[in-house]
Amino acid sequence: MRRFSWFNATALTLGFAFLYIPMIILVIYSFNASKLVTVWAGFSTQWYGELVRNEEFLNAAWVTIKVAVMSSTIATVLGTMAAYVLVRAGRFSGRTLFSGMIYAPLVMPEVITGLSLLLLFIGIGLDRGVLTIVLAHTTFSMCYVSVVVSSRLVTFDKSLEEAALDLGCSPFEAFRLVTLPIIAPAVISGWLLAFTLSLDDLVIASFTTGPSATTLPIKIFSAVRLGVSPEINALSTIMIAIVTIGVIMASLITKQAAVRQARDERMAERPA
Amino acid sequence: MRRFVLIAVPYLWLIALFLIPFVIVLKISLSDVALARPPYFPQLDLSQGWEGLTSFFAELDFENFWFLTTDDLYWKAYLSSLQIALTSTVMTLIVGYPIAYAMARAAPEWRPTLLMLVILPFWTSFLIRVYAWMGILSNEGLLNQFLLWLGVINEPLTILNTNTAVYIGIVYTYLPFMILPIYSALERMDDSLLEAAEDLGCSRLSAFWLVTIPLSKNGIIAGCFLVFIPTIGEFVIPSLLGGSGTLMIGKVLWEEFFSNRDWPVASAVAVILLLILVIPIILFQRNEQKQREAEG
Repeated sequence: MRRFSWFNATALTLGFAFLYIPMIILVIYSFNASKLVTVWAGFSTQWYGELVRNEEFLNAAWVTIKVAVMSSTIATVLGTMAAYVLVRAGRFSGRTLFSGMIYAPLVMPEVITGLSLLLLFIGIGLDRGVLTIVLAHTTFSMCYVSVVVSSRLVTFDKSLEEAALDLGCSPFEAFRLVTLPIIAPAVISGWLLAFTLSLDDLVIASFTTGPSATTLPIKIFSAVRLGVSPEINALSTIMIAIVTIGVIMASLITKQAAVRQARDERMAERPA
Repeated sequence: MRRFVLIAVPYLWLIALFLIPFVIVLKISLSDVALARPPYFPQLDLSQGWEGLTSFFAELDFENFWFLTTDDLYWKAYLSSLQIALTSTVMTLIVGYPIAYAMARAAPEWRPTLLMLVILPFWTSFLIRVYAWMGILSNEGLLNQFLLWLGVINEPLTILNTNTAVYIGIVYTYLPFMILPIYSALERMDDSLLEAAEDLGCSRLSAFWLVTIPLSKNGIIAGCFLVFIPTIGEFVIPSLLGGSGTLMIGKVLWEEFFSNRDWPVASAVAVILLLILVIPIILFQRNEQKQREAEG
């Protein structure tokens, strides 16, 4: 039996207050009528209106979403392949280098990743724009995807795949019919992680983009450098709302999936 | 054949877009600045065959690294990044441990919700979370308004654009990375160990020091590395919350590249930064591996 203690209650209250109050303030002040962000002058939604009419922000948002969808989708395919190789392919020459290249981007400072990719793109004469950002984002987020997917692959029973092969499945069919449904939650959360990482990235995108493509974080960063502005607060509020809804939905879906899986396993164990 | 394709596709992708770019950085860090496009020298000219290759290598030198040691901006920036990263890691641990502890002690039906509340900010844009503090910490910001109203201070404190703001920003944004590993270590802890310690005459506080802390050691180490390693190369926090006095190497690299357009020096800064990071990264990997072996 755990004792309720004042210490724990205080730690939780203060901790979550610290984590959430700055964001709550940000949201509240996005509805401020005053241009001065720190002075409250009554409720207003005018900054949302200005945001919707601001072509530059809309264009940047569109570029960001395009980049995020493309890079996270390619990264999910490549990252799942890489995870499969790491967990299932056994030994092959260059395996150490391979796993090193999967883990290194996770700890590599963004400034270095950005600089090195930019120098590559210039070296091979590739025009910088949406394509180069997609290539850059795919490269680092596939590593995150492969870590998420391989942790799921490690825990599941290899004999299920072997049974499918014994029963006449081709390796690809075994993957599609047995492995993929089992690792699907990890693949989906890998895609979501890659998507958010891409949506969020300022440093690597700044290095690898050209004049033709400005992403939302680049736009926000250059606006924010000049100081706090209510339009950015409105934009942040929209982004926070989307993320919150997304995370809550994702957790409900995984919870349902877990319940269903537990039920299926119980059914499978019951003697016929 | 299928296995070959499966391995080759991600492998070649990583070689082309991770390894080769890095070799290019290394090469440019050994080159000289030139008033041309691209702005460095020498260029590898394969059309001249073997002679082109030897003359290319002959032109490479360590001049940029030598330059980094002569201008004290650079080593001061490295040292101050390390110091800021170290201090803020300790601060994050002090803030994060009680939260992780309280979460692990909470009723089991509450824990998934608490966990989600810690993870949620992590999914929210990093830039936005840093930006949120700009409005709070500025001279006419909410913190100063609040403190003035309380009567604690008579004139606004200057916090934004100082190192204090950088510390606050780092603790705030990296807190989930500290809480999660400590929480997962504490959650697995067997409560009867604490009861045994108390039965054997330990006070609650000494039971905490002698039982709880050692058992959460791996979580603490993992959390500290997860905060320390990315903080060293941090760019967004020092450039938005820090001032002109805040020296961090990520910011120096950025300015060297975008403002001074000195690619060779920016590359040399990157190479040294990576060499500094190798030690904590290897220590972190060792710790993770030891933990896996202990569990396996």
